[in-house]
Amino acid sequence: MAHIETALRDLNRLDLLAGGDSAIHRLDPRAKVLVVLVFLVTVVSFGRYEVSALIPFAVFPMVMVAAGGLPPGILGRKLLVVLSFAAVVGLFNPLFDRATLMTIGPVAVSGGWVSFISIILRAMLTVSAALVLVAVTGFAGICMALERFGVPQAFVLQLLFLYRYIFVLGDEGARMTRARELRSFGGRGMGLKAYGALVGSLLLRTWNRAERIHMAMLSRGFRGEFHVRRTSRFGRGELLFTAGWCSIFMLLRFINVPHLVGALVTGVFQ
Amino acid sequence: MSHHIVEVRDLRHTYPDGTEALRGITFKIHHGESVAVIGANGAGKSTLLLHLNGYLAPSGGEVRIGDTPVVRTTLPEVRRTVGMVFQDPDDQLFMPTVFDDVAFGPQNLGLPPEEVERRVIDALERVGCAHLRDKPPYRLSGGEKRRAAIATVLSMSPDILVLDEPTTGLDPYARRQLMGLLREFRHTKIVTSHDLDMVMELCERTIVLREGRVAADGPTREIFGNDELLAACRLERPLSLQGCPVCGR
Repeated sequence: MAHIETALRDLNRLDLLAGGDSAIHRLDPRAKVLVVLVFLVTVVSFGRYEVSALIPFAVFPMVMVAAGGLPPGILGRKLLVVLSFAAVVGLFNPLFDRATLMTIGPVAVSGGWVSFISIILRAMLTVSAALVLVAVTGFAGICMALERFGVPQAFVLQLLFLYRYIFVLGDEGARMTRARELRSFGGRGMGLKAYGALVGSLLLRTWNRAERIHMAMLSRGFRGEFHVRRTSRFGRGELLFTAGWCSIFMLLRFINVPHLVGALVTGVFQ
Repeated sequence: MSHHIVEVRDLRHTYPDGTEALRGITFKIHHGESVAVIGANGAGKSTLLLHLNGYLAPSGGEVRIGDTPVVRTTLPEVRRTVGMVFQDPDDQLFMPTVFDDVAFGPQNLGLPPEEVERRVIDALERVGCAHLRDKPPYRLSGGEKRRAAIATVLSMSPDILVLDEPTTGLDPYARRQLMGLLREFRHTKIVTSHDLDMVMELCERTIVLREGRVAADGPTREIFGNDELLAACRLERPLSLQGCPVCGR
């Protein structure tokens, strides 16, 4: 199960990026979460045949990558993985929706192809925004922001614990699969039956660990209330960041910039 | 305040599945003593430790910490007094960063933020982990995890430190470092371990458990000199007390 290990390594790398110290990293997580949320809603709110108006939105992830000093290679590779899923989602659009929407020279482009491209574009924008958010904020930061936005603490804690123990659990799972692979010969022992037993015992181990963690919490005075340290505050920089990006998104939402530029250029040449 | 700080009297525990883990254990531990609890696997060491901070309730007998009996109503006080360091530091470090983790106990005690911060920094400095404060626990090495786990209980200023197998899984250097650290603590210490050489160096007194009963209780050197007793309890002399492997002396 090499892919579990690779997935964990990728997650690990993304998490390491969050330890950076750029101006973007230093912003209060709430500002970043809010901006990304507005970004997502805006991008998704476009009609299904929209392509040109979506393109300028790429400026947000690009600026964040540049300002946060993130390596575009790693993010690009993660993006490609998700893109294959988006391609499957949009796969049937060109087949079912054959009505010609526009013609580029002699080539007639059907509505299906336009909506397919639109889906791909949207997937790229939303996923890259989410990746960038994790890379400049870190998972704990996002959870803290959610809590302060009023998301019930139980959910936030679930997320925090999930993230804390995903590495431990992943390691355990990887070790168990390795042990199985080393003792399976000629495909025997790799079947579903052994797999079921493996997953079952992983579940039981997790159960035991949960009990031990609870024990450790109780012995340090846990009484059902969770205190999260609040260090950062929402200052002028955060306000500027949020207001700035949100107004840019609104502008791009209601004014189709590529059209405008196109009209300007053709206007000049006529 | 009484002169002994931990008192266990005829402690019995039977698990719901009928396993009799403890069958009448009695001992007293005094202020500042450093005591090892040793025994074969399944002798009842872990079960005993879990009674010391009230995680398990006895089926019979009682445990007293100082002047307080360990019962449901005294648990908060008992858990502040008895700092418990578990065997797997991954179970103990569950917060996003080391700082948050060490702050978990003091925050639950309801201390003001400045006091929490002061205690966290103090605890981290005592275990030599001040530089790790903002790291997430899954990025620490085994030795660092162990020391951070100890800091999480030090920050509650306990009177008694209970450590379950503190040296398992550490490389020789990290083990030495940890032993040096433990030796500096002036707390009353109760340690379980299979690392008998560590017991030899750190604990002047040893309690040997066998099948849920106290098989021996006395000075560590005396106990490790009694080969008959050790063999009966599935133990052996620490390497430092065994003869030279080459010349046999």
